[in-house]
Amino acid sequence: MKIRDAIENYTFVLPAVTIFSVFYIIPFIWVFQLGMFEWDGISFTRVFVGLQNFKEIFLQDSNWWQSMWNASYITLIALTFQNILAFMLALACDREIRMKNFYRVIFFIPPVLSEVVVGMAWRFIINDIDGANIINRMLIGMGFGNLAHNWLSDPNTALTTVALVHCWKGFGWGFLIFLAGLQTIPRELYEAARVDGASAWQSFKKITMPLMVPVMVLVAILTVLGTMQVFVLIVSLVGGEFAGHTSVPVLRILASMRGSSRFGYACAQGITFGMVLVAISFIQYRFSKKGH
Amino acid sequence: MKHAFYYKSKKVAINTLIHIFLLSVSVTCLYPLLWMIVSSLKTQDMIFKDISLIPHQFRLENYVLAWKEGGFGRNFFNSIIYTVSVVFGIVIISSMAAYAFSRLKFMGSKFLFIMFMAAMMIPIPGSFVALYVLLNKLHLRNTPIGYILCMINVGLSTSIFLLKTFFDKMPKELEDAARIDGCSKIGIWWHVALPLAKPVLAVVVVFNALAVWNEYILALIIFDNRQFMPLQVALQTFQGEFVTNYPLLMAGLTITALPIIIVYLLMQKYIVKGVTQGAVVG
Repeated sequence: MKIRDAIENYTFVLPAVTIFSVFYIIPFIWVFQLGMFEWDGISFTRVFVGLQNFKEIFLQDSNWWQSMWNASYITLIALTFQNILAFMLALACDREIRMKNFYRVIFFIPPVLSEVVVGMAWRFIINDIDGANIINRMLIGMGFGNLAHNWLSDPNTALTTVALVHCWKGFGWGFLIFLAGLQTIPRELYEAARVDGASAWQSFKKITMPLMVPVMVLVAILTVLGTMQVFVLIVSLVGGEFAGHTSVPVLRILASMRGSSRFGYACAQGITFGMVLVAISFIQYRFSKKGH
Repeated sequence: MKHAFYYKSKKVAINTLIHIFLLSVSVTCLYPLLWMIVSSLKTQDMIFKDISLIPHQFRLENYVLAWKEGGFGRNFFNSIIYTVSVVFGIVIISSMAAYAFSRLKFMGSKFLFIMFMAAMMIPIPGSFVALYVLLNKLHLRNTPIGYILCMINVGLSTSIFLLKTFFDKMPKELEDAARIDGCSKIGIWWHVALPLAKPVLAVVVVFNALAVWNEYILALIIFDNRQFMPLQVALQTFQGEFVTNYPLLMAGLTITALPIIIVYLLMQKYIVKGVTQGAVVG
């Protein structure tokens, strides 16, 4: 009876554990294993090279570090511009104001769209095709004709353009989380502060900001993890299989795998990148604890 | 009186400024989408001549062309099949596991649960390389079933977490009553726990459906044949083939985006709930 009971209990988790073991744990182990081989993904022989792949990443692969820099740049813009915008919008909606729900619905439309759709739709709007670029047209119309150019193929503006489209797609997430956070702050606190003669700015500084710190840290961590791994948006926006000078780490991994058929090297890049991500979120987490 | 008037007009002024701010951001959100839809209804030579957002042409032929010649009908069907089967799989598998983690006692249950949660936290950006190798070995690459299984795995951890949190808070009385009536464990899960979990299941369904419909990287590495591809990946090949035919491409984008926008507008209550709950996960 007891054994039957146990078997019955295990059947509940069996499907989940099986799928998880095959499609998560095995690949997880293989990534670490393959990272130490030189292998083209097809042939029967793999050459064990130890940590050679990692050495190559750290010492020779300037493309890789360029892509890391690109991702960091986009992340920096997302952390500042996107999150400040999201916070301001959340503050604006966290009061007695008409059409609150309308705004909330609209702001979350970009996040539910796929990166492919967003990238291609924006590419169509800002890429220079027969002088039909809408943003350029507006610039010319306003008398700034000399600023009009192809934003995505000019290396000076490409990365910032990509980052801004990324912010367009992502600010709705931050907005919703910030708004939910603001709504948990008890209204009595504000009323008490007003009775005590505090100005709006003072109660913002002394009540809203301190209580929102954990939410801000959370949004910051989510922004970093999400933005560092962005790549579909960039491929769809910039075009080309690996996005040239706006390349990012995940695209480099994909390029090692599909472009140069170096599966081991791709895994080593994946491990390096994964460790960087874990380290960043750990530091942010610690930093937030100290800041308290 | 003057005092009250001063405060009132100050409030009106502030609210107007806030509305201008919010409205301008809303316009920025909607403009690309409207532009996309309007452009999909134009002819190729009108697309850059007439840049207003009010469509003067209604060329639905673009949609017919994209659907038939562009092969989008097939890919649309694929996306539907993948989304429905993955979501169905996740709902059944994760709710069973979550119920067991919450209610049943067995050795290693804590360990297994922690394992699922750890998977949610640790990013492994290169895992698709190993997944590609694995699927090749299992002869599941370039097959719909391989893709479906991979995508079920992607959604498992978060869904188990959401459901287990719900089951933990659910009162046990109903289940006890069912047990006394002689209901089996599977019966209790199916007849008692699942119906009660409907609100969370809605969140699980909506979020996984969005994720599967919008998924790109796994579909890219798994499928070689256009006939199996979901919409997102097919769009890329489509762009390569019809590089200059913008109205056709915009029709393709609209076909891809519209179902998601409709689902979002219908289910936005659950999406807001999911975002705020999911935020707690992180």
